[in-house]
Amino acid sequence: MSDNQYVVKSAFFGKLLFLPLFLFFVANLAWGNPENHAAQNVAEHTIAVSDSSHNGHVHGTEASVHAASSEHSEAAHAEDAKYDPGKMIMEHIGDAHDWHLWGEGEHAVSIPLPVILYTSSKGLTIFSSANFHHGHEPFQGFMLHDGHIVWEDETNTEAIYDLSITKNVAAMMVAVLFLIVVTIRMSKHYTSRPGQAPKGFYNLIEPLILFIRDDVAKPAMGDKAHKFVPLLLSIFFFIFVNNLFGLIPIFPGGANVTGNIAVTMVLALVVFITVNLNGNKYYWKHIFMPDVPVLMYIILIPIEILGVILKPFVLMLRLFANITAGHIIILGFFSLIFIFGAMNPNLGYAVSPLSVAFTVFMSMLELLVAFLQAFVFTLLTSIYIGMAIEEHHHAEDHH
Amino acid sequence: MQLVTPAIGLVFWMGLTFSILLFILRKFAWKPILNSISEREETIHNALTQAEQAKAEMARLQGENEQLLAQARSERDAMLKEAREIREKIIGEAKTSAEDEAKKLIARANDEISKQKNAAMDELKKEVANFSIQIAEKLVSDKLENNEAQQKLIAHHLTDLTKTATA
Repeated sequence: MSDNQYVVKSAFFGKLLFLPLFLFFVANLAWGNPENHAAQNVAEHTIAVSDSSHNGHVHGTEASVHAASSEHSEAAHAEDAKYDPGKMIMEHIGDAHDWHLWGEGEHAVSIPLPVILYTSSKGLTIFSSANFHHGHEPFQGFMLHDGHIVWEDETNTEAIYDLSITKNVAAMMVAVLFLIVVTIRMSKHYTSRPGQAPKGFYNLIEPLILFIRDDVAKPAMGDKAHKFVPLLLSIFFFIFVNNLFGLIPIFPGGANVTGNIAVTMVLALVVFITVNLNGNKYYWKHIFMPDVPVLMYIILIPIEILGVILKPFVLMLRLFANITAGHIIILGFFSLIFIFGAMNPNLGYAVSPLSVAFTVFMSMLELLVAFLQAFVFTLLTSIYIGMAIEEHHHAEDHH
Repeated sequence: MQLVTPAIGLVFWMGLTFSILLFILRKFAWKPILNSISEREETIHNALTQAEQAKAEMARLQGENEQLLAQARSERDAMLKEAREIREKIIGEAKTSAEDEAKKLIARANDEISKQKNAAMDELKKEVANFSIQIAEKLVSDKLENNEAQQKLIAHHLTDLTKTATA
């Protein structure tokens, strides 16, 4: 735990790039499986987690509830009987086919979400995830395993394209709806009062808009900034709102949207497309015809091409790792209560104030990180676009 | 690893949602908001420029006023000075003319006096002659017995007469 606190402090002091990723792995190792040794490597650990987490919502300490529902081996029973913080954390930061509200196992209350599947044999299949009864029953030939939808017939190897509205999709849509409603109301507020300063909540948003426009877009792109400001604003507010919603522990928050690699991948893809579609001749010349001896091209061109891909790739990883690490740390502090509680209930009560205090502290840090990561993503996007559209006559200008 | 494997469903929905978000926000939110902000900034900028211009105009007018005031003041001072000079000149002239007049008067009076004096002297001389004649007549008529005594007497009378005449 002290290792993680140390790393959090370092991240707080600006080493935003790769430390969170490291932290994420450390957290994974530390909490993944208390009975396993920390020396266990990540891949093995993940297998262990997926072996033990075959049920969507069982993470209580009561073995009987689980034993009744489990269809798996005796070894899995024994493992699940104990409180497994690694499994609990992975379930919370991962995706799910229903939106868990409260309760454990059979008593869990969750909002069922639509399952949308495409298979070449069955075509499009749509049904409610409630039909799976928390992963206990198969439906229309499909069943839920480890949170994934697989064929009931295990020998069937046909690909299933899972386009379900999962918890993350639903949470993202809630955040997007919120963002659309707020910004459109804001635009009405502005157009109805021309030339006047905004009032109330909008007065809080305007500095953010001006900040993105004047301090993020303009320094990087100069006169061409106005073309990209709407994109930067959309990216910034999408990440920021989703980060904040992710910090709300109850519905409709709590989903780890911006800490999901698929979401950050799409965002990075948007950046990648924007940068390369708008790149001017200097940008392409710098990649394919740098001002170096021709023989150096053999080395330089692959490096430059790698750089083009790496820039958005790093954007993807940074956001994913930072937000996921934040969620893991907060959940980890809560896990302490139950780890100690499993040893002795009184010990659990004793640890809880400390745990809550640390969680409050981390949540405040995460509020900062929520803004910071949205800002960093937007700033780097702006810089990448700025570099691609920069008008210069010598390729070395920006080195 | 499940955590770093992008799920195809999420990629699809994220792509779709984000495209829609981008389209809606760009068209219905950011465009009007950014336009309003830049319009407002322009208005404020214009207002500030105008205020600056008005200030400069005010300063110019004030400077002009002060200049006018200073000019008026100097004009007034000049006029006062001129008036004072004129007054002094008039007084001086009056004084000199009065002095001249007085001198003239005095000279005239002196002339008159000397004329009167001369006339009086003439008169006196005539009188003295008359007296002398009368005395002589009296002396002649009183018989010229004692020549010496008579001479004395004449002399005595003459001094008396001249004394009274000059007194």
